[in-house]
Amino acid sequence: MRKNWPVITLGLVLLAGLVAPFADRSTSPGFYVEVLLGGLMAGVLYSLVALGFALIFKASGVFNFAQGAMVLFAALAVARLAEQVPLWVAMLIAMVIMVALAWVIERLVLRPLVNQEGVALLMATLGVSYFLDGFGQTIWGSDIYKIELGIPKEPVMILESLFQGGILVNKEDFVAAIVATALVAALALFFQKTTTGRALRAVADDHQAAQSIGIPLNRIWVIVWSVAGFVALVAGVIWGSKLGVQFSLSQVALKALPVVILGGFTSVTGAVVGGLIIGVGEKMAEVFLGPVMVKAFDLAGGGIENWFAYVLALLFLLVRPEGLFGEKLIDRV
Amino acid sequence: MFYRENGQFKSTYESDQQMLPILQDRVFMLVLLVFAFGAVPFLVSDYLFLSLLIPFLILTIAAIGLNLLVGYCGQISLGHAAFMAVGAYAAYNLVLRVPQLNFLVVLLISGLIAAVVGLVFGIPSLRIKGLYLAVATLAAQFFMDWLFARVKWFTNYAHSGSVQTPPVELFGWTVNTPAEKYLFLLGLLIVFTLVAKNLVRSRIGREWMAMRDMDVAAEVIGIRPVYAKLTAFAVSSFYVGVAGALWGFVHLGSWEPLAFNLTLSLNLLFMIIIGGMGSLLGSYFGAAFIVMLPILLNQLPAMLGVPISTSMATHLELMIFGVLIVFFLIVEPHGLARLWAIGKEKLRLWPFPH
Amino acid sequence: MGGEANSRAHRIGEVILALKGVSLAFGGVKALSDVSFDVREHEIRAIIGPNGAGKSSMLNVINGVYHPQQGTIRYLEREYHDMDPHEVAVSGISRTFQNLALFKGMSVLDNIMSGRNLKMHSNIVMQALRMGPALREEIEHREVVEGIIDFLEIQAYRKTQVGRLSYGLQKRVDLARALAMEPRVLLLDEPMSGMNMEEKQDMCRFILDANDHFGTTIVLIEHDMSVVMDISDRVVVLDYGKKIGDGTPDEVRANQAVVDAYLGVSH
Repeated sequence: MRKNWPVITLGLVLLAGLVAPFADRSTSPGFYVEVLLGGLMAGVLYSLVALGFALIFKASGVFNFAQGAMVLFAALAVARLAEQVPLWVAMLIAMVIMVALAWVIERLVLRPLVNQEGVALLMATLGVSYFLDGFGQTIWGSDIYKIELGIPKEPVMILESLFQGGILVNKEDFVAAIVATALVAALALFFQKTTTGRALRAVADDHQAAQSIGIPLNRIWVIVWSVAGFVALVAGVIWGSKLGVQFSLSQVALKALPVVILGGFTSVTGAVVGGLIIGVGEKMAEVFLGPVMVKAFDLAGGGIENWFAYVLALLFLLVRPEGLFGEKLIDRV
Repeated sequence: MFYRENGQFKSTYESDQQMLPILQDRVFMLVLLVFAFGAVPFLVSDYLFLSLLIPFLILTIAAIGLNLLVGYCGQISLGHAAFMAVGAYAAYNLVLRVPQLNFLVVLLISGLIAAVVGLVFGIPSLRIKGLYLAVATLAAQFFMDWLFARVKWFTNYAHSGSVQTPPVELFGWTVNTPAEKYLFLLGLLIVFTLVAKNLVRSRIGREWMAMRDMDVAAEVIGIRPVYAKLTAFAVSSFYVGVAGALWGFVHLGSWEPLAFNLTLSLNLLFMIIIGGMGSLLGSYFGAAFIVMLPILLNQLPAMLGVPISTSMATHLELMIFGVLIVFFLIVEPHGLARLWAIGKEKLRLWPFPH
Repeated sequence: MGGEANSRAHRIGEVILALKGVSLAFGGVKALSDVSFDVREHEIRAIIGPNGAGKSSMLNVINGVYHPQQGTIRYLEREYHDMDPHEVAVSGISRTFQNLALFKGMSVLDNIMSGRNLKMHSNIVMQALRMGPALREEIEHREVVEGIIDFLEIQAYRKTQVGRLSYGLQKRVDLARALAMEPRVLLLDEPMSGMNMEEKQDMCRFILDANDHFGTTIVLIEHDMSVVMDISDRVVVLDYGKKIGDGTPDEVRANQAVVDAYLGVSH
């Protein structure tokens, strides 16, 4: 219990952050809930990408920096294919491409580097990410493309009876959040309940031991990277329809890094909770803290959300490196 | 045939510890230096100075800095461009607000400020390793990007957020023409290389490498992780900060917000992966490679009769970087520098195979 | 064996290092429970026991790498249970490692030189310029290190990168690095594992010589019984993290609990 003070402190700080906007009388409850919901919706997507990330880390010890590039690549593929074929066919083809990609990465990058230390693998995924950025833009093009999900984008007013003025919610965001939530649940189940999921956890614990009881390491890796590809595809489509498919998508996915730090690398729960904390935290910070800071320090605009997640993760690393739900590592000599 | 060390005996530890123990290497280095200082300024076109040599010299300083941290001390950083930015903006503000300062002093102070900032962002390294540290350094990157883009004081309330620098002046000498810039930077690079070489072959360098190779054993022989890691962060950031100031003042002349973004950080990392981690020579190779590749990609296809578009060249560049990084990590983790060393070893034994 | 001890240059002296009721657990797993023993100055003290008996944990506790939940370590006049490895090193305890913990990317010379770091004091600016005290220090300590290189007969490899050496030679470099610290107490974690007969004999000679010439107190973990019985003055036996025997080699050999747990089993 004593060891948990960083978590408790963080909880209190976040709670204070949640309550703080009410100090300012002009904040209407409706607007507040709107921001909160917006944060949660963004958070679910972060959770999704973070889950793909945690999955890869558990199974192959790789800190997959290429996750962002995969999001961009998948989104580009869907956007360009959807110009020729219906959206669902495009997504299907894109998924096949992502699986093929997982296979190629396993073959050409992971297998030769097996048993290398984490930092070397991280740098290898940096290489993969550069290659994918270049390759994706070469074959799919480098303009800004659109993905039409066929869901109306106009905001709708809900809960008008409860709050004065109601709450503005984007229907598309809402659907996206539901899809992402379902996926997060499905992935968590896959991880905890299926044979493959168990094999995966065995691999994460000890490569060699897993291999010696007959778990095919290479196939597990292909599966895991395919799942990550799938996650990237979903995130790419959702973000792509919202922000347009463009180069900056690969940077949005980088937000998954602080999420897994916050939640703890090896934890599924951590990825989910971390994603929500960061999603809400950065929206709140941007909307309520931003203007205050702009005024106080005479800034040229807010943009706190560009670093909020990272600085939060940084602080967390200082007090509790294993994250909220991660296991503490012991160095064996 | 001429590359032999027969008959060169060391009779003191001092002579055994010198930088280039083989006579032929010393002669080669001397010839190279005479050529670089005496001949290059008269032989090379302004275009080559501006697009190749000047960026090469500055980026080499930065790559050496990053290599001290990553290659020698084993601490990863994905945010070193942030410390370049610190150096650049520190120098800008120093020159702006204290114009009477000598530029060398400006460089020194900018480097020191960058060192302090680097030290602060290095503190997490005391508790976390490798992968986690990557995120901490990314935090530095994104935070600094934001800081210099949004806090108006740093850019002296410039309307667009971009800043302009006056030409560098040194003891009444205005470093103006490309050749002058080249000579100034070359001199600095040599000093920085010598200092780095001295550091890595002294106690502090051994402590860094010990932390890199086996941190628990390092602690057990009495090396304090706090001291080793934080000095590595500080020295590394100092180098990179100075490089940032030079990048702003000598190479760019004026720059926009986000001139020192994540891409630059990653490029620095690629330099040392491709050039060779834990090798000063490798930092030279890596910087040269990174500077030359885009120029080659822009010009070579046209020369061969298959011109490609600029965007195509950019994408090709990304792909080549990606492939090369993976290639070097798998095939030769010590990069071009190791290939060079192998070649030299072959030459020493030639014509015998072993 | 008794006669050998008497003929040594340094007579076995007072207790220099003592562990009292040390218990260590990782999560629920007990590595050590209530272990006490002492080490006298200038003696060679062996720790034996089956695999997983907690021998390496014992050294890690002395070293400050692990901090025991209970019990204290008394070294010289100081009692501690949570010193960090750096402080322990400063106080004059050094060690070698079971699974080689050399600095693989560095040369033999640099590895051993790194063992001198606590004795070097020039500041970073001097080192950067390689001037004055920094340069003098490098040469001074190089001389000491060369002495150790001669002692351990590894002259031919001094510029070789450690990772390229054979296992036996790496073990020697590990010892050299520990000796470079000029320790009062030297902890050796299976210094002869994976060696052939000849290499083992060499290593035994080095250990005895170090004990004899420098008067270094030695705490040694070893599996090879003949070696342990030959060179050690007193032996501690651990099994499942508990002490089951303590005494001279002859006493330990006669101890039934030890025979049951360990010696009776052929390895």
